[in-house]
Amino acid sequence: MKKKSLFSKIYPVLVFGFLYAPIAVLILFSFNSGKSTAVFEGFSLRWYEEIFRDTATLEAFKNTVIVAVVSAVVSTVMGTAAAIAINNYKLKWFKQATLTTTNIPMMNPDIVTGISMMLLFVFIGALFGKTGTLGFTTLTIAHVTFQLPYVILNVLPKLRQTDIHLSEAAQDLGCTPIQSFFKVVLPQIMPGIISGLMMAFTLSVDDFIISYFVSGTTSQTLPIRIFSMTKKRVTPDMYALSTLIFLAILVLLVVSNIITARSEGKKKSKKGGA
Amino acid sequence: MKKKLLAVLFVFTILLSTLSPVCFAENEEKDYSHLKGTSINVYNWGEYISDGSEGSLDVNKEFTKRYGIKVNYTTFESNENMYNKLQSGGANYDIVIPSDYMIAKLIEEEMLVELDYSNIPNYKYILPKYKNLFYDPENKYTVPYTVGMVGLIYNTTMVDDEVDSWSILWNEKYKGEILMFNNPRDAFGIAQFLLGQSVNTHDTKDWDKAIELLKEQRPLVSSYVMDEVYNKMEGGEAAFAPYYAGDYLTMADVNPDLAFVYPKEGVNYFVDAMCIPKTAENKEAAELYINFMLEEEIAVANANWICYASPHALVLESDDYDLKGEPVLYPDESETPKTESFENLSYDIQNYMSQLWSELKVEGNTNIDAYIGLSVTFVLVVAFAIFKVVQKKKRERYYD
Amino acid sequence: MGKKSTLLSRVIGAPYILWAVLFIIVPIGMVAYYAFTDATGAFTFDNMLEIGKYTDTFLLSIWLGLLATVISLVIAYPLAYIIANSGENRQKIMMMLIMLPMWMNFLLRTYSWMTILEDNGFLTTTLNSVLEGAYVILDEAVKILGGGLKKPFEPIHLINTRGAVVLGMVYNFLPYMILPIYTVILKMDRSLIEAAQDLGCNKVQVFKNITIPLSLPGVVSGFTMVFVPSVSTFYISQKLGGTGTTLIGDIIETQFQTANNFHLGASLSFVLMILIFICLAVMNKFSDDDGEVII
Repeated sequence: MKKKSLFSKIYPVLVFGFLYAPIAVLILFSFNSGKSTAVFEGFSLRWYEEIFRDTATLEAFKNTVIVAVVSAVVSTVMGTAAAIAINNYKLKWFKQATLTTTNIPMMNPDIVTGISMMLLFVFIGALFGKTGTLGFTTLTIAHVTFQLPYVILNVLPKLRQTDIHLSEAAQDLGCTPIQSFFKVVLPQIMPGIISGLMMAFTLSVDDFIISYFVSGTTSQTLPIRIFSMTKKRVTPDMYALSTLIFLAILVLLVVSNIITARSEGKKKSKKGGA
Repeated sequence: MKKKLLAVLFVFTILLSTLSPVCFAENEEKDYSHLKGTSINVYNWGEYISDGSEGSLDVNKEFTKRYGIKVNYTTFESNENMYNKLQSGGANYDIVIPSDYMIAKLIEEEMLVELDYSNIPNYKYILPKYKNLFYDPENKYTVPYTVGMVGLIYNTTMVDDEVDSWSILWNEKYKGEILMFNNPRDAFGIAQFLLGQSVNTHDTKDWDKAIELLKEQRPLVSSYVMDEVYNKMEGGEAAFAPYYAGDYLTMADVNPDLAFVYPKEGVNYFVDAMCIPKTAENKEAAELYINFMLEEEIAVANANWICYASPHALVLESDDYDLKGEPVLYPDESETPKTESFENLSYDIQNYMSQLWSELKVEGNTNIDAYIGLSVTFVLVVAFAIFKVVQKKKRERYYD
Repeated sequence: MGKKSTLLSRVIGAPYILWAVLFIIVPIGMVAYYAFTDATGAFTFDNMLEIGKYTDTFLLSIWLGLLATVISLVIAYPLAYIIANSGENRQKIMMMLIMLPMWMNFLLRTYSWMTILEDNGFLTTTLNSVLEGAYVILDEAVKILGGGLKKPFEPIHLINTRGAVVLGMVYNFLPYMILPIYTVILKMDRSLIEAAQDLGCNKVQVFKNITIPLSLPGVVSGFTMVFVPSVSTFYISQKLGGTGTTLIGDIIETQFQTANNFHLGASLSFVLMILIFICLAVMNKFSDDDGEVII
């Protein structure tokens, strides 16, 4: 191993310090016994009790999870199908046009995507003389829309890497095209699908700007709730909530890393044994 | 004979009809069990209901517990914000609680439904002086929720001048320590009081003068805020903030250095009232909710939590009311400042005002750094492009 | 068989095509429609003409966005390089540490910067006491020389400045810059570097002639992923900026949330969208050119 320079040791520490400073502040103040998010008065767990009493926040949390799960599943299924189709398109201009369209939600600023969808929903609502069009359905549609490109762009490269001869061979051996897809192609592109799904889910949970424009009264997600809370007096209960989310993710990541490290270790030792 | 009988019957029915509300309203609890499992959408100002924090009564939870009706409670930060959501048709609300001038606008644009006051028997507790007000002269659409005045909150540790006039918000000395309303009506209001205009003027020249004053003030303002004012004033981040009187009491609880004054030029007097929009889908439950909000226990809980003055007779007499006779909310006759209420402006003036307001937001941004930076970037990009082209040509020549 | 698979792919691709037309293309059409009509639905150029008033706001947004992007690049590149060149386990841990903050809602992260940067916040008070100390020492020194500083010490403000807004942008979008650059450097063909070294290149030359050009695609995609959200943000400028930092995102948000002028808002968004597409096209042009040069 090369000897590490001093810079390569210190620099990451500095950047991580920058990345984690506000989070440390946030976690610290979630334990504040006072109401303030600026003056630390003493240690207490009152804000953690407060979040479990706050029905609106819990409701928003529930909405967030529902929308994230539904939209991530829909966008993954539709996106995977689309990626396969795009990969097979023979017409060059059509393929290019589809890919360009797919890129639009990624390139467009979120605020433009958000208002464009809001205008559409409100317009359609007005067309049918209906009000109250914004709600769960519109929120889910918007989330699926901005997740789709990420799913497609995760699956497409995997599809290009798959060996076309394998599926042809499977069909020669008597598989129907559908069977060969599920037995041969799908396992090969699975990592892409899973990372697409994960990404879709994460984006949905984290999205504020698009949801802000397309959600209605009954479909407030956690980011929207947080937004309306930072518009008024902010008390440390929001900090407590995000500390909990942070810890949950931390545990999840550490556990999954340990599991993969172990399985890799096993593989290695097996290889070594053989 | 027949006539006589009729006359007796007539008198009897009149008597009955006048007596009946008194006799029956008390003991006849209407049956609302069929509303169980439905829900209502309530759209209210932020920080404007007793929400169960710090051992207070959670009003919405209590309502759900009692009637089995779910309350989808969302908040807005200004009247304009509320109007926008209501008008865009994206969301349906069963109850909104805007202020007077906005209610007048909603009535004028036929966006509210008439209330059935027989479903709101508790309306009788509203003091007569809060009935038939200018925004709803025939009293068909509204039930007052709170009343209040705008005043000037300041931090005594940061201010050593005597504070009695709006003009202190134009004092260079406090540059960067002044907060200002982030909604056009309230912000213009302050400038107009200072100029001695009516806040309901329909002369565009008056509005021009007011915007001039606001533009003059802009460099001194640290930011335009609504409810962000709580954290900023409580944390001592700013010296001055014009805001609603009741909120001062909430802030002073946290930061005792804060003081409050009604500036001598005059202040805005407002009423916030509950109404039901045309698009409401559960009007019956909405009226039940309004009635519920007027119950003594609930109204006292809200008045204690919000700290705004209450139009409710029982609240003012209740022993549980913490702010009974609080001078900021209920000043004596001699202490009462000059007030004027916002009325609905004509469509043209509203547009004119909101246009001026948008201009104020981007007015006088010193953008020299942006100009220089962008031109430098542009020059660099062009130079780089030329460099690349030249390099390419050279290479081609080399290969040729 | 080829025909069959084309037919099949048409069928399974159909829902997506329909979706894309309905929810990507049509909404953009809606923005254009609103941008060129007035409240009665009649065609008009008024909204577009009114945009002239916001030229400065556009310029400021682009400038601050550009600044944030360049600073992110300067911070991210060395870090991505260091991570990509460290051991496997260290890599995994560091990447996890970079992803983790993204799971905290960006509204809250921005808000907590607000508490740090506030006048009574931790950073500002510390910084000011250090500066004041330095000022007093300087003052004494000048006095000894027979002078005296004219102005008394003025505490600095961090919140409500453009610097704070740029900081907020860099902080929130930095991971989007690190990730693509890291990926590209990681996938780089090591044999190229070895070959260059064998041919007598020193470290600096290798870095300049191989690492940088090869990592350009990552830089370009990082640039996009930081620039676009920075230019169009409204939350960061509202929370960390003051009266002098109204960005185009703020104006658009106001039109849709309070000013109730969808038509002006739509035309502003329309122009913003076009400006961003132009910027991206210029960027892509550059990376394409370089691609040719490398090959």
